[in-house]
Amino acid sequence: MSETTEQASVATAPRSSVRYADASLLRTNFADTVVGITEAIGEITVVAKREGLIELLTYLRDEPKLRFNYLSDIGGLDLGEFAAPRFALAYQLYSLEHNHRLRVKVFVEEDDATVPSVVSVWKTANWLEREIYDMFGVNFENHPDLRRILMPADYEGYPLRKDFPIKGY
Amino acid sequence: MQSVKEIQVKTPSVATLRPDPLADQLMTVSLGPQHPSTHGVLRLELVLDGEIVVKATPDIGYLHTGIEKTMEKEKWQQVVTVTCRMDYLNSMGNDLGYCLAVEKLMGVEVPKYAQDLRVLFTELNRLSSHLVWFGTHAMDIGAMTGFFYAFIQREKILDLYECATGARLHQSYFIIGGARWDLPSNFRSLCKDFLDGFPAFLAECKKLVTGNRIFQRRTQGVGIMKKDDAISWGLSGPTIRGSGVNWDVRKQEPYSGYDTYDFKVPVYHDCDVWSRYLVRMDEMEESHKICVEALKRLQQPGEFIANHPKLKLPDRDLMKQHIDVMIHHFLVASEGFSVPVGEVYQSIESARGELGFYVVSDGGERPYRVRVRAPSYVNLSALPPMVEGSLLADVVAVIGSIDIVLGDVDR
Repeated sequence: MSETTEQASVATAPRSSVRYADASLLRTNFADTVVGITEAIGEITVVAKREGLIELLTYLRDEPKLRFNYLSDIGGLDLGEFAAPRFALAYQLYSLEHNHRLRVKVFVEEDDATVPSVVSVWKTANWLEREIYDMFGVNFENHPDLRRILMPADYEGYPLRKDFPIKGY
Repeated sequence: MQSVKEIQVKTPSVATLRPDPLADQLMTVSLGPQHPSTHGVLRLELVLDGEIVVKATPDIGYLHTGIEKTMEKEKWQQVVTVTCRMDYLNSMGNDLGYCLAVEKLMGVEVPKYAQDLRVLFTELNRLSSHLVWFGTHAMDIGAMTGFFYAFIQREKILDLYECATGARLHQSYFIIGGARWDLPSNFRSLCKDFLDGFPAFLAECKKLVTGNRIFQRRTQGVGIMKKDDAISWGLSGPTIRGSGVNWDVRKQEPYSGYDTYDFKVPVYHDCDVWSRYLVRMDEMEESHKICVEALKRLQQPGEFIANHPKLKLPDRDLMKQHIDVMIHHFLVASEGFSVPVGEVYQSIESARGELGFYVVSDGGERPYRVRVRAPSYVNLSALPPMVEGSLLADVVAVIGSIDIVLGDVDR
């Protein structure tokens, strides 16, 4: 077995200036899918429609200038039972190549809480989507194994929804 | 009359009378949750063809405590008492990640001294976490002695925590703005004693386990996860660096002044259990170097918390003299403080990989939502492709190499 310890030659200076990607390319290429691009606290958020989400994320992964080859996380968010749309999903993307980040957000209505699964883009989405399904009740189209992951299979209710009481029903 | 030979031929063999029920059949077995290598709360449903694993399905949730939900009812400052209970082997790191996220939302700058304090304790935490991994991983494979050696050293680190914070496991020492209090006077000499003795221990461990041929045979070529797959599965920390990916959050997105420390990121390219083992062993050396440097910087006392009216409680003498200061203290201590509306994602390099906090504030006194990107959760999701096709005995070696903490998986 070879024991090749590559001593990383990473610059010691902070690289915070390059942490956030230039998302302006998306405005022209995905004018129908991208609803808006905002910057706050130094972080860039792309708000997208769920129609065309897979194409958008695949583009973000493959475009050489962006190369978001790493899906850090998908965070679910319940905006409250009276909000419309009620749910938001935040995809935290990272590029190992360019060392920059981007957040893609998708909003969905409670009575049509279905989002296309991105397992075909990043394998790590498998468990991340299962957790959101388990905790918020958001469905993922074409997910290979969509079932509860942390709660028992016969559990009723979605614990991370805002109308779910802290101490349970 | 029949001959003896004919009688013998007609007599059915034992095998015919009792056919092997397992021949040509797959068998489903549960590995865990009570198996020591599954850390007491992980169940693996394994479909076996003899000793070969055909399919592995992790079953988690046995330790699910709803910590993300609990965070929504705690005040901003109180949440650190919960975060340290997620990944209980890396409790300081959890607190740090959460504090950094909220500080980013508030625009608070943490003093240099407090940053060095954070680096010292987070790296000590990485050492203590890797020591538990070293001991239990070796024990899973059958090497017992290393376990005792590692736990003796870990106890020394827990003594240091106790000296500085009053607690051994759930310290809640880091708070939003800095640290809860300054170091006690005897801490520096105790820490120096520990750091002075650590390299000799590490050398002994390497002699004991790294050079052991049985250990090498049990780990080399086992649990392969190629570089591209590791990226797609979202692996992080030593697990992805064992697959040849040079990525460490401390280097790529420095926080708490990590960019001012001199340390290297060990990367190995064999993509197996052995590679992940070597990465962590090298990491302990690097963490030790960081600790030595941080302790050197902490020799001179400094500000351990940001000078922010909502984060730093008023001076006690002033409080006894002025009623308005007293009221301010009362309000901060009882009501807490609010955080501006917004959302951030802040990640740190925990002992297990990228630990991310997606924090959303609605401007209130409690977090609206705290989503935790737990490295153990994501790393464990990639266990099936690592073990399918290998021997049953290799499964425990692979679980040990991922270094999962179920408190981190289930949250």
